[in-house]
Amino acid sequence: MTSRNSRRNAVNNLMLTLCGVCAFLTVSTLFLILGYLVYHGAKSLNPNFFVQLPLGEGQSGGGIANSILGSAEIVALATLIGLPVGFFAGVYLAEFGGKTLPFIVRYTADLLNGIPSIVIGIFAWTVVVVPMHHFSALAGALALSVMLIPITARSTEQFLLDVPRSLREGALALGANKWRTIATVIVPAARKGIMTGMILGVARISGETAPLLFTSLSNQYWSGINEPTASLPVTIFNYATSAYEDWHQLAWAAGLVLLALVLLANIAARMVISRGASVPR
Amino acid sequence: MGTSPARITPNASPTKMPTTHTENQSQVQTATPKMRASNINFYYGSFKALHDVSLDFAANKVTALIGPSGCGKSTFLRNLNRINETLRDTRIEGEITLDGENILDKDVTEIRRRIGMVFQRPNPFPKSIFENIIYGPRINGLLKNRSAAEVVEQSLRRAALWDEVKDKLHDSAYAISGGQQQRLCIARALAVDPEVLLLDEPCSALDPIATAKIEDLLVSLKHQCTIVIVTHNMQQAARVADTTGFFLLGKLIEHDKTDVIFKNPAKKETEDYITGRFG
Repeated sequence: MTSRNSRRNAVNNLMLTLCGVCAFLTVSTLFLILGYLVYHGAKSLNPNFFVQLPLGEGQSGGGIANSILGSAEIVALATLIGLPVGFFAGVYLAEFGGKTLPFIVRYTADLLNGIPSIVIGIFAWTVVVVPMHHFSALAGALALSVMLIPITARSTEQFLLDVPRSLREGALALGANKWRTIATVIVPAARKGIMTGMILGVARISGETAPLLFTSLSNQYWSGINEPTASLPVTIFNYATSAYEDWHQLAWAAGLVLLALVLLANIAARMVISRGASVPR
Repeated sequence: MGTSPARITPNASPTKMPTTHTENQSQVQTATPKMRASNINFYYGSFKALHDVSLDFAANKVTALIGPSGCGKSTFLRNLNRINETLRDTRIEGEITLDGENILDKDVTEIRRRIGMVFQRPNPFPKSIFENIIYGPRINGLLKNRSAAEVVEQSLRRAALWDEVKDKLHDSAYAISGGQQQRLCIARALAVDPEVLLLDEPCSALDPIATAKIEDLLVSLKHQCTIVIVTHNMQQAARVADTTGFFLLGKLIEHDKTDVIFKNPAKKETEDYITGRFG
């Protein structure tokens, strides 16, 4: 009996340690990456880095202002297209339809989620860049929005389904129709989760490189929405794969900026979201 | 049989019974019932949950529906405001009338405005107390002649909750106790001036003190509307109900004045249940 107990305790402790170590690895990865970026990138960071255009090959100094603006532009456009479509598709999945059609939509969204981003890049290149005869921020935004839609749709659906059925019935029982119930009770109740899902989706597409290589490409200069446009991920890719040590430094710094922007957006959004009541479960 | 307002359908009883109890039935007859369910069959997919249930609800009375778990009493109640329609794969047969009009043919949102419902667990919306009350009047366009504050105060007073929450109307509805939340849900239902109020085991999640408050409330509310309450608690039925219906296996076994049901039931199944022999 005692040996049995000590064995059970040993297994218990082993599994507890295993879970703890894995949790530590998960968290430490972020800090490792962050530390690495700061170590390599911080020395290239100076005010000029944020406001100047890149210099020519082999020249030191210069900035990535156009990449920062370009990324913001492309991601904002993709968000503008992707979030509403994804959101309403998620509402459809959770609230409307019978069995077959939502099943097809859900399955398609999952498949779309699983498509390698480079394939989405080639697709956007074929349907947008080739007919328009040039790379553009718009094409990049479309490619990113294709990635954002299924992410948003599935997370929105999940959080809507988590809203207790009793709330739904409470609104219906007062004479609300279905859309009214969704708009005034269900979505507000799921608001935090839906917005968190959206932020994670936007953060995810902000770092995508492959789709942009085929669509917005890059640019040494300021550019319009209909022209090839620099973005942080592609700039990092270009600088990191170049032959010049100065540019490698710039790549690290650009990586640090990208990560910092995504983290900041994340934290700010979470602070906004944490206001207001949530539904106890 | 078919023309009697308070009837039990011939095949509602699983066993053959002599017809002597029809005199009992006549005791709950009313001239014009507020609501009447006639020959209701209800299906979840292929499962038949209600078998030919017919029941009248007298105006300004409290009707209790009792029976063991799974007997169909909640299913029946949830058909009276057509909330069961929102479940997939359900089907209803029969007729349910409100003031003589078949509610199954009418606009469902208007029906649900006129027939309010309170659920088993308090389900306030994740909004303030004020916003919870005003929700129904707002979506039904009832605020044209009255101010929101007036409707909120009146509804909370009707639910005997005003004094307890008048200083925190703009706090979250989750900040008050479970019993208060349930009375808030009653106030929310009353805010749209329903003619009938359905309650689905409204006290099952509450302690005895909160339960007593809701029971007192129901008795006082019946002057304003017709009340139907599903309950697991036979003492509760005895305390609040004018008439009581006993359900078993999807059938209405018996419906009569509450003291008749509890003291002198006509059917053996009812007596077995009341005396605790099963259920």
